[in-house]
Amino acid sequence: MSGRVLVGVKRVIDYAVKIRVKPDHSGVVTDGVKHSMNPFCEIAVEEAVKLKEKKLMKEVVVVSCGPQQSQETIRTALAMGADRGIHVEVSGKDYETLGPLQVSKILAALAKKEDAQLIILGKQAIDDDCNQTGQMTAALLDWPQGTFASEVSLEKDGIKVVREIDGGLETIKISTPAVLTADLRLNTPRYATLPNIMKAKKKKIANVKPADLGVDLTSRLEVLRVDEPPQRQAGMKVETVDDLVSKLKDAGKV
Amino acid sequence: MDQILDLHPEDFDVTVEPAVTRKTLNAYLRDTGLWFPVDPGADASLCGMAATSASGTNAVRYGTMRENVINLEVVLADGTIVHTAGKGRRPRKTSAGYNLTNLFVGSEGTLGIITKTTLRLYGIPEATVSAVCSFASVQAAVDSTVQILQAGVPIARIEFLDDVMMDACNRFSSLSYPVVPTLFLEFHGSERSLEEQVNVTEEITQSNEGSDFQWARDAETRSRLWRARHDAWYAAQALRPGCKAYSTDVCVPLSRLPQIIVETKEDLMESKLTGPIAGHVGDGNFHCLMVVDPSDPDELHRVHLFTERLAR
Repeated sequence: MSGRVLVGVKRVIDYAVKIRVKPDHSGVVTDGVKHSMNPFCEIAVEEAVKLKEKKLMKEVVVVSCGPQQSQETIRTALAMGADRGIHVEVSGKDYETLGPLQVSKILAALAKKEDAQLIILGKQAIDDDCNQTGQMTAALLDWPQGTFASEVSLEKDGIKVVREIDGGLETIKISTPAVLTADLRLNTPRYATLPNIMKAKKKKIANVKPADLGVDLTSRLEVLRVDEPPQRQAGMKVETVDDLVSKLKDAGKV
Repeated sequence: MDQILDLHPEDFDVTVEPAVTRKTLNAYLRDTGLWFPVDPGADASLCGMAATSASGTNAVRYGTMRENVINLEVVLADGTIVHTAGKGRRPRKTSAGYNLTNLFVGSEGTLGIITKTTLRLYGIPEATVSAVCSFASVQAAVDSTVQILQAGVPIARIEFLDDVMMDACNRFSSLSYPVVPTLFLEFHGSERSLEEQVNVTEEITQSNEGSDFQWARDAETRSRLWRARHDAWYAAQALRPGCKAYSTDVCVPLSRLPQIIVETKEDLMESKLTGPIAGHVGDGNFHCLMVVDPSDPDELHRVHLFTERLAR
């Protein structure tokens, strides 16, 4: 089984940044804040590149939907070993309301256009924690899905996926073409080394508009308000267990 | 004061404030393909590393803090703020003026408090290979080290563990390395240069009767190979549960290293002390990790005398 892998990557606020809510509560501050590739997307790219290195797949195409800066994220994926990139331009209001439904429509359209055998995504983005894009993309394409993958092996009659679930690990076999979403323990992504970043500058990134793919970006969701989590209240020390129980009763917890 | 300021990827430099640690900086830099290689072991504050002139396992190839601090902002005792290489300056080299930067590097707070450090960055190596090799004697291990350096192999890490330490590591990490002086090596470079580096090194170790030369390319196997070295501190302490470890740090010219290690081991035996040895042998630097029972005053006394002799 040889063919094309489509990997979706999302540009998000870097995981190490302290997030601040905008004073008007309409969202979080993104101006001047460090952004990087979503960590689960890095794992997805790593898995796709590994498949190509093992000669199980022929080409890794990386896709990102967003404004100009999304191209930086695509470049990082190219430096990690992807062959070419597709930047789906979405900016302004459309970008603010871009969510899993729109992205999955875009990915489904691209998968058909690029004749992909496999789509690998991160299981969720660390900014919205939706965990929906992979599942929606599979549904739109009517492809099987292997989500929360911690182990993937391509076999003659399909793909064996070990999934991380609440009860432990579940192993399934799905036919191709398929959608996989990467969980934390799938692999350890490689660093983009400086020589590879330089080489990646020569790789191609194609520009596409959602309209060209026939995708309607209208969102059915409206963000009403964004708030910080409530401040942590100070705890208090008690002398005896009886004290503890009476305080818990007073607070209505027991 | 936890900001990473002024990153200049094309100039390979960045300025950091005191709360920024080595791992935080390297995580921040990962998209640029750059890293700061000085690695003293713990996730230390970079300004702190400057104040103590930290070294570490990578020093043989990338140098210590002394070679990698370009500029410092220091607050003196009277409140004066000094920029040791000039405000905002970050030349890769200079022949102008006194080398105030290196006066403060290693001054451990005795001359002023470091509030900003400008650091020299390096490109993340294209590929890494780790290797392990056992030797019949300390002399053979050190001879190999000297020859590897003389052969011009740009070795990234070369670590020595003596037989006591190997035994401790085997027990602690359930490994089965031969209990003999061992070298742990790491090579950085492009795929092709790595092949050459590993081949040259293997030939050298073989000519010194090194055995069990194992090497690994992928991250998981490399981690496994190096686990013994990573866990050394804990493995040493685990040799005698309930005891504390007291680390010593000695640096000598490479040619004297076999002799001093042999003498150290003899001293250890005469003083009835437990002291596994691990070291950055590429710099002639080794640590004798004294494992001491804190409740035994006689042993503590012997350890103090021993370390004084060691320093001399």
